[in-house]
Amino acid sequence: MNYVIEMLNIRKEFPGIVANDNITLQVKQGEIHALLGENGAGKSTLMNVLFGLYQPEKGEIKVRGESVKITDPNVANRLGIGMVHQHFMLVDKFTVTENIILGSEPIKKGTVDIKKAEKEVERLSELYGLRVDPKARIRDISVGMQQRVEILKTLYRGAEILIFDEPTAVLTPQEIKELIEIMRALIREGKSIILITHKLKEIMQVCDRCTVIRKGEGIGTVDVADTNPNELASLMVGREVTFSTEKQPAQPKDVTLAIQDLNVKDARQVDMVKSLNLEVKAGEIVGLAGVDGNGQSELIEAITGLRKADSGDIRLNGKSITNLTPRKVTEAGISHIPQDRHRFGLVLDFPIGENMVLQTYHHEPFSKKGVLRYKEIYQKAKSLIEEYDVRTPSVYTKARALSGGNQQKAIIGREVDRSPDLIIAAQPTRGLDVGAIEFIHKKLIEERDKGRAVLLLSFELDEIMNLSDRIAVMFDGSIVAEVKPEETTEQELGLLMAGSKQQKAGGQ
Amino acid sequence: MFSNRLVNILIPTISVFLGLLVGAFIMLGFGYNPLTGYLSLWEGAFGDSYFFGETLRQVTPYILSGLAVAFAFRTGLFNIGVEGQVIMGWLASVWVGLAIDAPMIIHLPLVIIAAALAGAAWGFLPGLLKAKLGVHEVIVTIMMNYIALYTSNALVRNIISDGQDRTDRIPETASLTSEWLAALTQYSRLHYGLLIALFAAAIMWFILNQTTRGYELRSVGFNQDASRYAGMNVGRNIILSMVISGAFAGLAGAMEGIGTFGYQSVKGGFTNIGFDGIAVALLGGNAAIGVVLAALLFGTLKVGALNMPTGAGVPTELVDIVIAMIIFFVASSYMIRWFLLKMKKEGK
Repeated sequence: MNYVIEMLNIRKEFPGIVANDNITLQVKQGEIHALLGENGAGKSTLMNVLFGLYQPEKGEIKVRGESVKITDPNVANRLGIGMVHQHFMLVDKFTVTENIILGSEPIKKGTVDIKKAEKEVERLSELYGLRVDPKARIRDISVGMQQRVEILKTLYRGAEILIFDEPTAVLTPQEIKELIEIMRALIREGKSIILITHKLKEIMQVCDRCTVIRKGEGIGTVDVADTNPNELASLMVGREVTFSTEKQPAQPKDVTLAIQDLNVKDARQVDMVKSLNLEVKAGEIVGLAGVDGNGQSELIEAITGLRKADSGDIRLNGKSITNLTPRKVTEAGISHIPQDRHRFGLVLDFPIGENMVLQTYHHEPFSKKGVLRYKEIYQKAKSLIEEYDVRTPSVYTKARALSGGNQQKAIIGREVDRSPDLIIAAQPTRGLDVGAIEFIHKKLIEERDKGRAVLLLSFELDEIMNLSDRIAVMFDGSIVAEVKPEETTEQELGLLMAGSKQQKAGGQ
Repeated sequence: MFSNRLVNILIPTISVFLGLLVGAFIMLGFGYNPLTGYLSLWEGAFGDSYFFGETLRQVTPYILSGLAVAFAFRTGLFNIGVEGQVIMGWLASVWVGLAIDAPMIIHLPLVIIAAALAGAAWGFLPGLLKAKLGVHEVIVTIMMNYIALYTSNALVRNIISDGQDRTDRIPETASLTSEWLAALTQYSRLHYGLLIALFAAAIMWFILNQTTRGYELRSVGFNQDASRYAGMNVGRNIILSMVISGAFAGLAGAMEGIGTFGYQSVKGGFTNIGFDGIAVALLGGNAAIGVVLAALLFGTLKVGALNMPTGAGVPTELVDIVIAMIIFFVASSYMIRWFLLKMKKEGK
């Protein structure tokens, strides 16, 4: 069999845990091979072993049939292994070309031969259909294009085997389509791809074979043609998984959140939210659909007090909360599951226990007369961690050490536990595996059924369609349409999101 | 093989050891015997009770200036202005000591509070500028150091004294000197300030780790965005951190003003108490207990060094090089951490 990469019986331990145990991954020349597993299952560890960042305790790695020892990423590069990281490793202020050649610059008479480099970048980008502007600066280009720069970086260094680490997590539906085309073009040119993901749809769409790992153990490899999403999901999670979340029809009550004529500017003083009107009632989930960058973030920041509204009125239960401080908004009864959990949701260097009282530390019983009561804090944290199935060695572990899914479950536990009137969930399942997604969806519906209002921002149409009782489509700063999920299709939503179709007056 | 806590203790210990080792080589290179050199340093610091008293006296301001730097660090601020805040605290303690006539029970606390307030005020301004206008605290505090130095000199020469180079001695009612401690240590200049410094270390630990205010300060230090999201007032915490840091620095100045010297003089240059505080905080890992231990080391080196020229013929400049070496190895502790982690990996 013509394997280009073979990782045989790999075992990798960290103090206290076995991250990889007896995992075998064999990638054929010219295939797209999926590596599927929940968050914290050990996918990244395995790939870091392949990329030379970790040394395995046991096992053998073969590249093109030859046994190799990959001691650091440079060795991996020389063997033709390239990694497209989930979090891009680009220099903001450099141009596309400068980023691509960084570390292996063509030199002419002691200076960088930028002309030659640009030509090479253009050649590569044409060959693989990777549209980029070689002279543009990274900070000026879209996330999708930044990812193409990452891919070009590996190709420039002569990669034959490309590892994609959750590449679609940050992309819009359109960009995902383009990425899939790019991956197919790469295969046509004789490259091999390992795709780390937990999105079953993508695996079914582009992959040839799929290796599943669960809790650090290799479960097996299947041909994608012979399987279906349900089977893959149960292989990954180890039990049956329901996909479309079960829920009763909503029973909306009074208006909880009412936004009228809201205008918000971003940091560059550009109007991002324009005369926006929106209502969310108690007992319903309103999905905010839209392509990233159409003012959704600014809208949420304005509601939660993180950004000043220019004009307009935001009311919670009839009382104006426009331009109150974040603390006053929180205490008025709003919980916020932020889009960027590392930047806003957690203090990563605090123990997870202390993160659980981030908004409530100054209230009893967590403190008294300004003195913290750690016993109460950690007691609360322990009960939340249990209730929300946050997997952590202990409540004293730094939040940084937890996997993304567990960090998110901790945030959701903290936000929901405050019994708010309105929950704002911004991309609550971004980057999470099906097990965690199922859990979070169930929790949000539970809260809805308790009579809370939920405003859900998501770029995943599946999630919007599945969870919302009502969908508000946001385009260019305003709500351009309101539809019911059972009366629309993903195609129609896509068109509305692109602004190419305006809803006729009177709905539908 | 090593737990994280052990690593955190090992790193400064190894740093100090490496610094001493390199210092030994330098002494060798200049033709001195490092063994007799270090022996006379030890003698100079702990050889008899007088030296021991002097060492503790030197440790006192180091603890406070180290706490000042460490406190700001924990809130994500680099207070390079501790030096200037020390000078202002020193000046205020002496000035109030001279200006007021009161019984000790009122006078002494008043003088100490004045020093803390003066340092706090000197920290407030850079804090305010950072919080409201985003001006980087390092630049402002460096400039504030010079303003403090020359303000103090001008006041001492023209206002507090009559064109003299130093002020009068403060009265006994405003002094921290102790007949008892002095007698105990063969009339060294050891004073009660050490108790104030240790108490301040306990205060810092308490504020940062046990109060809601400390929770906010640490949170702001780690992640301003998340702190804002959680409803904390980031700007207010930045200002407060600089004020508390400045107050510690002001107290460090009082240790010299009403403890060691009893007067303020026109200074040709900085006292270096504040700048050494940066090294103390760094070596002490920005924790209260660590700062106390690091200050102990710095005081020992500083005082012990005075004995090296007479004891072993080694010039004091060499001792400064040894101290610089230790700071160098602490600052590059990343190297040592990396090495320890590597050993940890391979040791398994």
